[in-house]
Amino acid sequence: MRIGVVTFPGSLDDSSALRAIRLAGGDPVSLFHASDDLKEVQAVVLPGGFSYGDYLRCGAISRFAPIMESIIVAAEHGFPVLGICNGFQILTESHLLPGALIRNQDLHFVCTDQPLTVENTSTPWTNGYTQGQRIVVPIKNGEGSFQASAETLQQLEDEGRVVLRYADKNPNGSQNNIAGISNARGNVVGVMPHPEQAIEDLTGPSEDGLTFFTSILHSLVGR
Amino acid sequence: MSLDTVAVAQSTPDNSQPWKELGLKQDEYENIRQILGRRPTSSELAMYSVMWSEHCSYKSSKIHLKQFGEKAVKSDALLVGIGENAGVVDIGQGYAVTFKIESHNHPSFVEPYQGAATGVGGIVRDILTMGARPIAVMDPLRFGPADAPDTRRVLPGIVAGVGGYGNCLGLPNIGGEVVFDETYAGNPLVNALCVGVMKHSDIKLATAHGTGNLVVLFGAKTGGDGIGGVSVLASETFASGKAAKRPAVQVGDPFAEKVLIECSLEIFAEDLVVGIQDLGGAGLSCATSELASGGSGGMDIQLEKVPLRDPSLSPEEILMSESQERMCAIIEPSKLARFMQICKKWDVTATVIGQVTEGDRLHITWNGELIVDVPPRTVAHDGPVYNRPMQRPAYLDSLTPAKVPMPQTPAEIKEAILKLIASPNIADKSWVTDQYDRYVRGDTVVSQPEDSGMIRIDEQTHLGVAISTDANARWSYLDPYEGVKLALLESCRNIAVTGAKPLAITNCLNFGSPEDPGVMWQFAETVRGLADIALEMGLPVTGGNVSFYNQTGSVAILPTPVIGVLGVIQDVRTRTKMGLPKAGLDIYQLGTTDNNFSGSEWAHIHGQMGDTAPKADVDHETRLVKLLLEGQGLFAAAHDLSDGGFAAGITEMVLKNNVGATIEFVGDIAAELFAQTPGRVVVAVEPKDSDALKALAAKHGIAIARLGQSGGDVLTINGAHIPLVELRKAHTETFHKLFG
Repeated sequence: MRIGVVTFPGSLDDSSALRAIRLAGGDPVSLFHASDDLKEVQAVVLPGGFSYGDYLRCGAISRFAPIMESIIVAAEHGFPVLGICNGFQILTESHLLPGALIRNQDLHFVCTDQPLTVENTSTPWTNGYTQGQRIVVPIKNGEGSFQASAETLQQLEDEGRVVLRYADKNPNGSQNNIAGISNARGNVVGVMPHPEQAIEDLTGPSEDGLTFFTSILHSLVGR
Repeated sequence: MSLDTVAVAQSTPDNSQPWKELGLKQDEYENIRQILGRRPTSSELAMYSVMWSEHCSYKSSKIHLKQFGEKAVKSDALLVGIGENAGVVDIGQGYAVTFKIESHNHPSFVEPYQGAATGVGGIVRDILTMGARPIAVMDPLRFGPADAPDTRRVLPGIVAGVGGYGNCLGLPNIGGEVVFDETYAGNPLVNALCVGVMKHSDIKLATAHGTGNLVVLFGAKTGGDGIGGVSVLASETFASGKAAKRPAVQVGDPFAEKVLIECSLEIFAEDLVVGIQDLGGAGLSCATSELASGGSGGMDIQLEKVPLRDPSLSPEEILMSESQERMCAIIEPSKLARFMQICKKWDVTATVIGQVTEGDRLHITWNGELIVDVPPRTVAHDGPVYNRPMQRPAYLDSLTPAKVPMPQTPAEIKEAILKLIASPNIADKSWVTDQYDRYVRGDTVVSQPEDSGMIRIDEQTHLGVAISTDANARWSYLDPYEGVKLALLESCRNIAVTGAKPLAITNCLNFGSPEDPGVMWQFAETVRGLADIALEMGLPVTGGNVSFYNQTGSVAILPTPVIGVLGVIQDVRTRTKMGLPKAGLDIYQLGTTDNNFSGSEWAHIHGQMGDTAPKADVDHETRLVKLLLEGQGLFAAAHDLSDGGFAAGITEMVLKNNVGATIEFVGDIAAELFAQTPGRVVVAVEPKDSDALKALAAKHGIAIARLGQSGGDVLTINGAHIPLVELRKAHTETFHKLFG
């Protein structure tokens, strides 16, 4: 099962995402932003980091990378895409997902072990979780506050497209405690928390994040 | 202004020159004239002024630092020692690790965010320059009183700068310190540590060999920021009424550094460079003169080829600029094409600016005219050396014993503990550390607030390294010789409690003005102490940094030697953390407590300093470290006791996993709780392992006492009941109240 991870200039969690795919049992494939070649991967992860330094709006430049042209076209045909943190920001900038991520409410970068609930288990990235499952996964970002118009929020809620929600405490002022969403079809998922940093008890707060990566393998097998 | 060429300098020997404004002393200027046999050109003067600054030349510290050579430990682990960009040690399995601390104190006071950010950037490039991939950072920080208005300006900016740069670079921040003392008001300390890993064969050195090889500048373009940062900023005390020094602070671009790292590592992997040097303090002056003198000495530079952000910069400014995110490499001509290809892949600007030549002169031209003609060693290594006057400071004769409250009843004990753990130096630092990414790269095994930071090096073999930085400046104030020894021993203990074996030392020595004989004495005693303790512990000093002039007017900072110790752990899965993991564990203290409160936090919060630092007991500490390493299989939790004594240590142990404890002391309860006697560790073991632990303690001759048991949601000490909820509130709300 070939799963790609894109390295943009300034990507940071690309190596961790590759490791997560490997530990889940997949075949990780490194993809480079400057090429439009998806190397026959069956799904792709846009990893966390600060692509192009996030000096403009986060993700605003990466959206125009050659690899994104291929990903946008494929995603519109059901190709599974997971955006983590900066990857989520790139997906909203690409209009594959609605809404925007803005500065955290208290204006600080925040790194913490965040309790979450899994709200949607029908996406290819979350089918291994149980509905309402409580997980702990790190968040680490400065611009993680999810904002969307009232209309869009209503639509996301009505269509069950909120994938993850912050539990206990909202760390950044996100509307409706939203930590992750999907597109209407469910194949494109963006999350601010970092499941790739919760794959081993040794290095993470839990192993709860690994299910994102086993889920995608499972859903690809089932196709 | 017309170009001041070598020819012009020769024909106008009497032109007056701004050597004083550039931070040089009269005799230093005369010395330069003697070396060159003429007056220096303005470009040469610029180079000498930055390279002969205290910061670059170590002119006041050199004669003391020699001891690290004279008392050097014979160590097979040391692959590269003092003198290169950073020391390198062998950790086995073909891996080499490099680590170093540097200060960025003055810039961080002037411009907290950029000062701290570029402090991180600078040390990371030092590590990268050795050929290593940087894998983690740490930042020991010191500030004036927590509630002082200026601390509210400086601290949030520095923390945001450390985070803003390090997070964007993708390096986990795994530890450090946040300490408050009034002597740091106006002189905050920003020390930044970086650790990197490589294979033995990948070690790179700053050397320009091979006539005809090319000098290539790559990375960011050169701008007008940071001009004279090392001379006018880092090598003088602050005085009121002087013009703002903000233009002397560099501006950082972490994204440029991130791509520079990836680009450089790809270049190293294909073995495309002969030598390499980063551009940090003193910029191009430093890089060219050090590379040249690291080789045979000959180098030609065509300065007009340097890509500029600001085309109006003069040659002198280009030579002095400390613009960040730049590297200088020596490359064989045949490898240039591939080198350029990799730079292009990462969108990194790279420009050939010169060649290695025969002979032993560094020649720099500007549009064909010779503006620098110097023996590079005289710039890089043969700076002035001062044997500054030293005198044991008078304050040492008027010290008085610490008179502190001695709580006895349960109510007094509870009140005292809550007071101590809420004090800024002991309070929970999450407000700071949650602004740093500790997870990135996915190999962080242990991070703050644990005793050390630990990083996995090899996923297959589970090899890892641990690092801790420590200083107790008040002990150094009371006795600088013992103070630095105690800092090193604490650092070793912090490494060993997490399960790693201490292997090597780095240091950052922060002091007041070397022109003050009392400060110079503190410095000399510190260096003597560090050289002695390194030898006694059998650990090599791999490098270090000296920061003088941390002084406002006649008020110097507490002597603050920050010691970093690197340890190795063969299997990171066996590491021990400080938090009590569950109820029903037996809690023991290793080592004994005396009633000396000098230099303790308990004394500090009562406005007391005390009179006598503890004596470093190397024999005891060596045995304790052995016990800790042998006992790793037994410990469910282990925690070093240092700042705040047992009261602070047990608070961290119970709050970590929200598992309480019941403790009963038989001795003097005030001392047991608040004295900071060195050489003590608290461990928790399964009751079935108690006998094995006692046997181990007996074997190593370490005093052991059972203090109680874990469990419940209350911390109970000699009848004082403190619900964990109350304990947590006191411990965690201080920073939020202070800094929002």
